[in-house]
Amino acid sequence: MEAVHEHDHSHDHPTGLMRWVTTTNHKDIGTMYLWFSFAMFMVGGVMALIIRTELFQPGLQVVQPEFFNQMTTLHGLIMVFGAIMPAFVGFANWQIPMMIGAPDMAFPRMNNWSFWLLPPAGTLLVLSMFVPGGSAGVGWTMYAPLTVQQGMGMDLVIFAVHILGMSSIMGSINIVTTILNLRAPGMTMMKMPLFVWTWLITAYLLIAAMPVLAGAVTMTLTDRHFGTHFFNAAGGGDPVLFQHIFWFFGHPEVYIIAIPAFGVISQVIPAFSRKPLFGYASMVYATASIAILSFLVWAHHMYTVGMPVEAQLYYMFATMLIAVPTGVKVFNWVATMWKGSMTFETPMLFAIGFLFLFTLGGFTGLVLALTPVDVQLHDTYYVVAHFHYVMVAGALFSAFAGVYFWLPKWIGKMYDETLGKWHFWLSIIFFNLTFFVQHFLGLAGMPRRIPDYSLQFADFNMISSIGAFGFGLSQLLFLYILIKAIRSGEKAPEKPWDGADTLEWTHLPTPAPYHSFETPPTVK
Amino acid sequence: MSTQPGGYYLPSPSHWPIFGSIALFLMAFGGVLMMNGAGGGTATLVVGVLVMIYMLVGWFGTVIGESESGKYNKQVDVSFRWGMSWFIFSEVMFFAAFFGALFYMRVLSVPWLADADTAALLWPGFTAEWPASGPAIAEQFTPMGAWGLPAINTAILLTSGVTITIAHWALKENKRSTLNWFMFLTIALGLTFIAVQAYEYGHAYKDLNLTLESGAYGATFFMLTGFHGFHVTVGTIMLIVIWLRCLKGHFKPENHFGFEGVAWYWHFVDVVWLGLFVFVYWL
Repeated sequence: MEAVHEHDHSHDHPTGLMRWVTTTNHKDIGTMYLWFSFAMFMVGGVMALIIRTELFQPGLQVVQPEFFNQMTTLHGLIMVFGAIMPAFVGFANWQIPMMIGAPDMAFPRMNNWSFWLLPPAGTLLVLSMFVPGGSAGVGWTMYAPLTVQQGMGMDLVIFAVHILGMSSIMGSINIVTTILNLRAPGMTMMKMPLFVWTWLITAYLLIAAMPVLAGAVTMTLTDRHFGTHFFNAAGGGDPVLFQHIFWFFGHPEVYIIAIPAFGVISQVIPAFSRKPLFGYASMVYATASIAILSFLVWAHHMYTVGMPVEAQLYYMFATMLIAVPTGVKVFNWVATMWKGSMTFETPMLFAIGFLFLFTLGGFTGLVLALTPVDVQLHDTYYVVAHFHYVMVAGALFSAFAGVYFWLPKWIGKMYDETLGKWHFWLSIIFFNLTFFVQHFLGLAGMPRRIPDYSLQFADFNMISSIGAFGFGLSQLLFLYILIKAIRSGEKAPEKPWDGADTLEWTHLPTPAPYHSFETPPTVK
Repeated sequence: MSTQPGGYYLPSPSHWPIFGSIALFLMAFGGVLMMNGAGGGTATLVVGVLVMIYMLVGWFGTVIGESESGKYNKQVDVSFRWGMSWFIFSEVMFFAAFFGALFYMRVLSVPWLADADTAALLWPGFTAEWPASGPAIAEQFTPMGAWGLPAINTAILLTSGVTITIAHWALKENKRSTLNWFMFLTIALGLTFIAVQAYEYGHAYKDLNLTLESGAYGATFFMLTGFHGFHVTVGTIMLIVIWLRCLKGHFKPENHFGFEGVAWYWHFVDVVWLGLFVFVYWL
């Protein structure tokens, strides 16, 4: 298998802006995904800070409740669909072709479209704040019947979700096809780096789950404008029906975000432990089991809607079952480090931070899986704390680990190790300051998504808000580190990490050339 | 830099995707304006649709040109097969959401509303039966019978599945005339199906008082058959494109993924229809 690049003998690349608009190169597209994700991370971060500013003290100080609701909605949607998911698709674009010895992605033009659907969708989301009535103030879960009563901002959000879904589905089809069809000779499935495996499984989840979300928001749209009664009991429908359809998508979505993070961590920990990953095959099977189980547990988000007790028991036990493959993974990461020759550069620090905090988030997830406990904690700050431990300390920290780990390969220059360590320590301290106290708030009964609270919650909220601003400002340091590395970073050695053993480190120069693997390597 | 024939084809930079993004943005924005009665919505939507058509014609035209000039090797062909399969899987999941809503209403939410305790509090006297428009929709409707036009449409669509398979056999044996005629027949059956479906909608609205607003039954009936009808329309356009390509002498007995992809899609809408016929019309 050799690659034919049409442009090398027919015409040249466009330059300037048009290079980025028309590119079919997986590295260009990966770069755009990553920068877009960072920009959205900043936008969603500002929204989080508006929320935390309002919650700094009890009472209403800064924003109106309607606007507060819009902020919680858009913060969630932008962080999930605009920041975290595109970040991992960016990693997939850069890394998968290099890690499996492919010349590019299987469908380079569709790859371009997958990315370029994101800016219009992001624009629709942001635009929704400026139409009469403002954006949707319904929470990112978009529950009926509240969504049916919103203004036109809700419609913009619905179409944004449709376009984001199209982008994810096309991106996933591309990734699955690349992995299944473009592996170098000798790169059997069970020799693929675990990052590639996790993306194969994630892409399957996306293709299965995103169309269901499209169906859910389409029903919302027709209930709003075309007189259907899907979510209205007067017509034989049921608002709870929306929750079932939404969480049939929503729970796999949790793993769509978490599983690529597992993949990054599974590359970083062996590299800095200078040992192969412990239990490779069990990692693959554990990831696949998590993916299958993720479609069978959705109603644990809905224990309080009035389910039969048999259903509650089923969802409780099925949910707790997920702890088994997750435990396998955590055990394997720890066992990889066991007796390893470990060093603690920034990627490894973020990976270890991930390991501690993601596991903590997993434990609070087990707590919430217990129906009787969840009935108390449902819609409290305990839930907010729980999912920020897995979304921020889980997914985001692993994205940071991935950026520091692969940046030398991408740009051929090193980041500032001292500043990287500062970034890690500031992030982990402020992260815990922000979110650890929210466990206490939730246990004490503070409801989420409300702009005001009783006086007894004041101290912890103040601490949390201070932590949030510290965390947000620390991310400006990350931006500075990136710019500094790109503009004036030291030249990276060919292989800066001793223990890295995947194809991009062993078979390609640093920085990786624009076209990797014209001729596929032979994998032994 | 490798330029040998037979390599995996990587296209040069392309301006088609950005046209698609602009089109979708205009369609979404125009649609929102239109639904909310704001000015300029319909015009924006129409411009978006035109840009989308321009993009689809241009992009698929490019792909057809590349395919006919022999740039796609065996491995590219396998990529297309995986891609189309996963696309159809995503479509299956989209329909699954609406079938899920149908089953949920029939099996759970409508009977719950007739449950003694609930009914006593909300709508006394509501009894659960299917088809139902729900407890608080005053207007009555007549459900669509299964064994009139829908049964004929089932026969039409199943027959079109046979004719496209005969066309495929003819293509593989290089019998071009049979291929062209059976493609024509498949398209004619597809168009007939759409026409019958359009007539049925008119009948539902005019004679049966069955509309999108007829509660649980009306919503699931029109959304399921509507999305299916949309897919049949898209499938028919795809068939017409493939037929025109057949007439121009495209496709070889051993290499014709464009044809097969459309055939897969056509069988997919066929299978969805069987689900619709059984669960929406018949049972």
